[in-house]
Parts: sequence; C-alpha cells; structure tokens
Amino acid sequence: MTKIDIIQELYEKLNFSKKDAARIVESVFDIMKDALARGEKIKISGFGNFIVKEKKPRRGRNPQTGEEIVISERRVLTFKSSQVLRKSLNG
Amino acid sequence: MNKSGLIEELSRKENLTEKKAAEVINLIFKGFSDELKNGGRIEIRGFGSFVVREYKGYTGRNPKTGKNIEVPPKRLPFFKVGKELKERVDKGK
Repeated sequence: MTKIDIIQELYEKLNFSKKDAARIVESVFDIMKDALARGEKIKISGFGNFIVKEKKPRRGRNPQTGEEIVISERRVLTFKSSQVLRKSLNG
Repeated sequence: MNKSGLIEELSRKENLTEKKAAEVINLIFKGFSDELKNGGRIEIRGFGSFVVREYKGYTGRNPKTGKNIEVPPKRLPFFKVGKELKERVDKGK
C-alpha cells in the first residue's frame, strides 16, 4: 500500500476528487511529520504510538574496521504498535 | 498529539468539517491495519514503511519460577522511519 492507494480510497469512499485527495493525504503526513520533528509524540488509538526518543552518546565500533568510535547523541523515532493492532495480527 | 488533535489540524488546514476530517483519518489508519492484517506492506514516501515480521514459537522459561512456558509463534508490526523524517527528527534535537 502506498499513497496512491490511499488517494484512490478517498476518491472512491469519501467522494473527493483525485486532486483534493492527493493534497489531503500529503497534508495528513505533513502534519504528523511536523509534530514529530518538534519532538511531539503521536498517539493513534487502535493503531499505535509514534514516539521521539533521546539517545545519549555511546561507544560503538565500526563493524568493518573494528575501530572504536563514539556514537553521538541523537533523536530517533520509534513506533509502538497498539495492543489492538497486535491482537488483530494474531487472531 | 492524539487522533483528535490530528483530525482538528487537518480540518483547519484543509477547510474540511471535523466529521469529514475524522473520516479521512479513520480511513487511513483502518486501511493501514487491514493491510498489515493481510500481511501486506505499507510504504509512505518521506514518512516511513510498515511491515509484518513473523516470529517462530519457542520454549521459554519464567526466570522467577523456573517453569517452562511455550511462547507461541507471533506476527508483529514493524515501522521503519523514512530517511527524510529520520533526519528531521534528529535535527530537532
């Protein structure tokens, strides 16, 4: 499934024009991306939570050369699926 | 931000009634859930992708009681963040 399939669904089921549907789908993901870039958490009940986590710097190793390096502090995005979604995959 | 926050912002940005915006959001996440249920893959450019990973069952042990427990095979959804979003989230630090 890609954006194209979502656009098609909005067109078929909610009677948007393809042009409007395409703009709206972009908007939905833009809103989510902007919130996550601000470090906000997004909670979608029944689906899951997108959480921004702060990672401290840590020692690592370049797996190719074996050289020790410091992995700098960073912010990463994680997804925790909801209980409901996990259950539905194993039903 | 929760689902109603997302609905509100979409309705404001796109001049949709809250009812219509809710229909859009619900359709998207219902579509995601159905796709994953069918073992399919979702790929949203600039955002990320979702896949289902299959795990085999195994015999585990309760570390407290030492009892053997059968862990059944399971399927779990996984999200891989897209490059563009990954960089934006990290830059926000």
